[in-house]
Amino acid sequence: MNMLVGLGAWFLNWLEAVGRAGIFLAQSVLRMPVRFRESIRLLIQQLYAVGVLSLVIVVVSGAFIGMVLALQGYSILSKFGSEEAVGQLLALSLLRELAPVVTALLFAGRAGSSLTAEIGLMKATEQLSSYEMMGVDPLRRIIAPRFIAGVICLPLLSIIFSATGIIGGLLVSVGWLGVHDGAFWSLMQQSVYFDTDIMNGFIKAVCFSVVVTWIAVYQGYECVPTSEGIGKATTRTVVLGSLAILALDFVLTAAMFGDF
Amino acid sequence: MRSKRTELLVGCFILLGVAAFVYLAVQVSGLAFSAQKDTYQIVARFDDIGGLTSRSKVTIAGVTVGTVESISFDKELYMGLVKMNINADVDNIPTDSSIAILTSGLLGEKYLGITIGADEEMLQEGGEIFDTQSALVLENLISQFLFKSGDSE
Repeated sequence: MNMLVGLGAWFLNWLEAVGRAGIFLAQSVLRMPVRFRESIRLLIQQLYAVGVLSLVIVVVSGAFIGMVLALQGYSILSKFGSEEAVGQLLALSLLRELAPVVTALLFAGRAGSSLTAEIGLMKATEQLSSYEMMGVDPLRRIIAPRFIAGVICLPLLSIIFSATGIIGGLLVSVGWLGVHDGAFWSLMQQSVYFDTDIMNGFIKAVCFSVVVTWIAVYQGYECVPTSEGIGKATTRTVVLGSLAILALDFVLTAAMFGDF
Repeated sequence: MRSKRTELLVGCFILLGVAAFVYLAVQVSGLAFSAQKDTYQIVARFDDIGGLTSRSKVTIAGVTVGTVESISFDKELYMGLVKMNINADVDNIPTDSSIAILTSGLLGEKYLGITIGADEEMLQEGGEIFDTQSALVLENLISQFLFKSGDSE
């Protein structure tokens, strides 16, 4: 009986948290900033912190993943005598799956955790409440620019990831392994379609960006304002964010590529 | 000063993202921004289209001259109806040409190959190629082979 009560209470708590997170998202996005120039300045600062500073890790991991894919693909495809298809393999797997998912995972670790820690520390040092005392809405001033910056940056980073991955794979397969580059490009262009492959990958990245940034700013805003609480909230951002990305990826893939 | 540098870097970042998008669109997917080429449509009916898909190539002498627009089922004749767009500059396909579903490589994709006929009249918009050759279905080939070898014994 006690267990049943506990389960019910846990479920109600969980439902309440989901509701709070939803209201939080709606409030921070819908309360559009009043002063346009000021909010643009805040947004650009966040674009720098979230996007530009994540660029290096995205470019480096994109290049290496492309190179590894080309090597692995070549070693298998050469058994069937069709090593030219390595370009096709590279482009399809990067555009459809790897670029959005891996970029979102990296983004959760690199930018999401720092967003949570930053907002959590603001809460712990009572900066958020002092904003409120001054009559400035912290949702509008702190949360909204960070959320919007995250939603803008992740799709851009995902596209950059695909492009560097393909260039990395090109270097390995054409430059090193000696795949004919005309066949490499022509097979790739034959099998990659702009609307099904590139746009679907882009839509995935947009969905992931909303989910990851939402989790990050919400965890920071709702954390227990102690040093331990900030640490836990940061961990939750990375863990919950990664799980949400992978689960959502399955749903999106099934919806996009599931009909045979 | 600090803010100016931040803005500059953010500008570079967004520009890089857009450049990567254009690169993917043009180089990787082969999307052409030029206006759609002038084409005219012809149709052909096959007993078995076996794995042909829309956007497959249509070739003459191995050179691509068009693409498959759509594939549908002809309810009256119980055949596969293939509509294809041929580039307008290839306007001299005789009406008695034949068309076959071919495979590139052993396991490659299906495409259409047109073999030129001898008629004086050329195919126009909406014309039909009547002499069609269906896709080779491996199971049919094997069963033919088995029946043949059974007969001779």
